[in-house]
Amino acid sequence: MAVRTLLESIRETLAEEMRRDPTMIVLGEDVGRKGGVFLTTDGLWAEFGEDRVIDTPLTESLIVGASIGAAVNGLRPVPEIQFADFIFPAFNQIVSEAARLRYRSNNAFGCPITIRAPYGGGVHGALYHSQSVEAYFTHVPGLKVVVPSTPYDARGLLRSAIRDPDPVLFFEHKKLYRSVRGEVPDTDYVVPLGRAQVTRPGDHVTVIAYGLMAHYSLEAAELVAGEGISVEVIDLRTLRPLDTETILGSVKKTGKCVIVYEDNRFGGYGAEVAAVLAEEAFDYLDGPVVRVAGPDVPGVPYSHTLEDWFMVDPDKIAAAVRRLAAY
Amino acid sequence: MATTGTRAAAAKGAAARRADLPFGPELGLRRDQLIEMYRLIATTRALDERMWVLNRAGKVPFVISGQGHEGAQVGLFFDLRRGHDWLVPYYRSVAACLTLGMTPREIMLAQFARADDPSSGGRQMPGHYGSAARNIMSQSSPVATQVLHAVGIALAAKIRRTDQVAVTELGEGASNQGDFHEGLNFAGIHRLPVIIVVENNGYAISVPASLETAVEDIASRAAGYAMPGVIVDGADVLACYRAGREAIARARRGDGPTLIEAKVTRLTAHSSDDQQTKYRTAADLAEGRQHDPLPRFRGELRDAGVLDGGLEERLAAEIKTVVDDATDWAESQPEPDPATAERYVYHEPEA
Repeated sequence: MAVRTLLESIRETLAEEMRRDPTMIVLGEDVGRKGGVFLTTDGLWAEFGEDRVIDTPLTESLIVGASIGAAVNGLRPVPEIQFADFIFPAFNQIVSEAARLRYRSNNAFGCPITIRAPYGGGVHGALYHSQSVEAYFTHVPGLKVVVPSTPYDARGLLRSAIRDPDPVLFFEHKKLYRSVRGEVPDTDYVVPLGRAQVTRPGDHVTVIAYGLMAHYSLEAAELVAGEGISVEVIDLRTLRPLDTETILGSVKKTGKCVIVYEDNRFGGYGAEVAAVLAEEAFDYLDGPVVRVAGPDVPGVPYSHTLEDWFMVDPDKIAAAVRRLAAY
Repeated sequence: MATTGTRAAAAKGAAARRADLPFGPELGLRRDQLIEMYRLIATTRALDERMWVLNRAGKVPFVISGQGHEGAQVGLFFDLRRGHDWLVPYYRSVAACLTLGMTPREIMLAQFARADDPSSGGRQMPGHYGSAARNIMSQSSPVATQVLHAVGIALAAKIRRTDQVAVTELGEGASNQGDFHEGLNFAGIHRLPVIIVVENNGYAISVPASLETAVEDIASRAAGYAMPGVIVDGADVLACYRAGREAIARARRGDGPTLIEAKVTRLTAHSSDDQQTKYRTAADLAEGRQHDPLPRFRGELRDAGVLDGGLEERLAAEIKTVVDDATDWAESQPEPDPATAERYVYHEPEA
């Protein structure tokens, strides 16, 4: 079985899907000749040509808005927003148009687009190349939001997203692009949207995370294992729709839960997870539902001392797990 | 490139041309087509007036419509291929939707927000028309977002080589949004088969054009996108037809997009929730009525001998019957069932 980085897995999947589906196009800033600023689309322009791999102007709203129109007229666009931090000019097109098209037309129109965007901190990207923007979109009915953390999942989830008849936001953590490797089968497998995965079974505390934080949570679980704390780690993989069955099943077993996300703490995605647990697993809880998240400052600061202060890391997660385990 | 001149100048020019511009053969329009254009304009006006009556009678909570815009829409879009080309409408596109085949009954289903309303099943406010069967894109309320959808539809048409043309409409107020710029910029780069029609009625709700933009003509912005910018008098139906036909042919042969500015008048308030006498003078409103396309086109057809032998009266009677039928029929149709309100947030696989 081939071993791939997360980035290689995404790149190969894009190429495979374009070979499989002649209606698929890729469009975004620098996605063509350069192959993307991270080289995620490298080789696509050479293989599929400028009709299907389109270097756009610096116009995020156009990238998404034209994708909506193209989807309505028979194509399957996979637009790229170069950094998730720059998705906001397209917010109106995503939230007012793509998300609402099927509902507002009473199913007469659909919007099969997959919007890819690199996100996340820990890469010296400062305020405007580090953001986690998922919470803005998980709030919106009509959208699906996916965050892969492994090369295997990235391939299977990206296939599901591209083949999905509705708009999907596909957030790829920049720090994982080249730092994580894993086995990726050559088969045409898919990972269904809306299914979380227990990545480490345990008994005392459930840790729920996604993206880079799914890896850090596994490291934290290892840190406390020697202290007799058995941690169950769940990688959500899809944030909307949320796999409530898997998280409720785990928390009802352990009675304690830490939710980890690198976005700002207040109103972040973890708040919804906490609310679900409070409403549906209250009788099983043996301690407060705890969030470990980014501090409430308007962005990840640049200097490495400041960035380290901002970022959630395995030690911070482990500290929260110890406190909760002792509760 | 005709990118200068005020509405009055355009009207004057059109009137001067009229003397030596006979109907029919020189425009490639047959008598029956002229009658059809008139029928569309007059039917739209009658439907529109009925909407306001229904609103004032308390039967529908809201009206937004296009009285004064009908001549431009019918003229500009009459040469489109129905069911093949795409219309990406806005909230004043009643005449455009009828031109592409929507029926008065379907318009009234939207007014009454009935379950079988093809635009939205009663989910959207009236005026948000769409019809998948007729390639009329569903629309939202944020303005100018639809320009990018038309551009994307045209992009797909070019890539798929479907020979389709996409047209979209917006007001001059919406033309100040960023999506307008982003869309025209991209359409210009790729020479997409798209026609962007700005219907300039001089007001963005209450804000006059002089406070919306520093340029006299929205069409002059076309220079920034390397596409033709064409000004037409929206009350001159045949001038609109000619401009539309040229732009459609240009798009169809792969020569790229056109920005058309139709100088129109807004005969009603912005919507049923607006009172335009608060911000428009009596003289301004009276001047606007001088640019009503319906009596002007009617007069032209009379002069040309098209509306003769009692045809005008027969059409008026037919239209009244059609509007009465559409109103009564739509009102009698069932309302949406709240049990369906959670459906179609996402695709639902066939059972």
